[in-house]
Amino acid sequence: MAHDTTQHQDHGSATKRIWTVFAILSVVTIVEVALGIIKPAFLTDTYLLAMKLLNWIFIILTIYKAYYIAWAFMHLEHETKGLRRAVVWTGVFLVSYLIFILLTEGNYIYEVYRNGHVAWDF
Amino acid sequence: MEATVVRTGTEGKTWGGGNEPLKASYGKMMMWFFILSDALTFSGFLAAYGFSRFKFIDSWPIADEVFTHFPFLHGVEAPMYYVALMTFILIFSSVTMVLAVDAGHHMKKGKVTFYMFLTILGGLIFVGSQAWEWSTFIKGDYGAVTTKGGNILQFVNTEGERVGLAEIAVPVEGERTEHERNNGIWFDAGQDLPSYSLAEVKAGFIQKEDVLIRTQVLTEDGEKTVLTREESLAALNNDAIGTVEGANLVENEYGHPLFADFFFFITGFHGFHVFSGVIINIIIFFNVIIGTYDRRGSYEMVEKVGLYWHFVDLVWVFVFTFFYLV
Repeated sequence: MAHDTTQHQDHGSATKRIWTVFAILSVVTIVEVALGIIKPAFLTDTYLLAMKLLNWIFIILTIYKAYYIAWAFMHLEHETKGLRRAVVWTGVFLVSYLIFILLTEGNYIYEVYRNGHVAWDF
Repeated sequence: MEATVVRTGTEGKTWGGGNEPLKASYGKMMMWFFILSDALTFSGFLAAYGFSRFKFIDSWPIADEVFTHFPFLHGVEAPMYYVALMTFILIFSSVTMVLAVDAGHHMKKGKVTFYMFLTILGGLIFVGSQAWEWSTFIKGDYGAVTTKGGNILQFVNTEGERVGLAEIAVPVEGERTEHERNNGIWFDAGQDLPSYSLAEVKAGFIQKEDVLIRTQVLTEDGEKTVLTREESLAALNNDAIGTVEGANLVENEYGHPLFADFFFFITGFHGFHVFSGVIINIIIFFNVIIGTYDRRGSYEMVEKVGLYWHFVDLVWVFVFTFFYLV
């Protein structure tokens, strides 16, 4: 078991890959924080699918970072297709379903609070 | 000797046994499936946070206004800078971890030791920062007034800058004094008094003409609604029932109590993961030093704890986005 698949790379390229990924993650985080502090008006005023464009950018950048952490740092790119899919597809499917169902329900309750005969701010 | 069949004649065929289609050891595979289940747990928490936030989408606290502190920079408005720094520390400890794993593949004991040490250090700094963040959040900032409906009213001046309870409240005669342990016959302590009572805040508010009330409700620009002076006086006289400073599981001076509940629960659960990750890393670190993996001829244990450590970093990337940015 000592020789797993990452062994086949030579040492230099593996560490180079690590530092490249670190640079990507750092730059993305800096961009996120900068956008979070500046909050450009054209991004907060534009809505896409009922959510601010800025929030979409944050979420996409987060998934981008998660991809690099999982693929490069956790070596998913060197695992077999079977293991990778068993982990990633299961997670992605269940999490998307859960988020869809809970956010829809949360939005429904918000509508009830606002339009229904329910007083929560008395 | 020939009583049991040891050869099936199907060796080498797909179902002949001994196949390892995923080409991963048992321990590594189980670590992956543990991580998957733990990821689903965290998603459950974050999705529940999203649910509550969507329920109160027009009155949720703005994270930039809550997390504005930086250690040793008292009174400086630094929205999110410290969390960003914490994120960097965690990402960097992930980098040193993967460097340790890489050195392990090449059986370099010294390098593995050094990088593991840096990883543990990064983890400890992160947990410490988290503790500081919690204590700042619990202690609170400006203070607010609670209402009958379970909401809060905050104070701002005419420029929209926040005004603390300390600046508004004036002493009022005849207020209840705190019954402390040393005054009691049987060493009983009374209920804690807030630093500023509602009566003191009300009395001070009438005198300070330039102070207005800010409610939790968000305007279309995503900012909190500021009431006029008349509305402010009416809100304070009709709705207010008490004062609150800081946040706990019941009250939260920054806005909805659910915000504080989820903050404590999710960052707490994540902090617990970091803490246990540090403990596991320390165990593996000492195993590396005493040469366990050198003798075993494989540093795969470092790789397995590395997977866990990266997972903790992965979760933080999402917590950072959904708690602080979005």
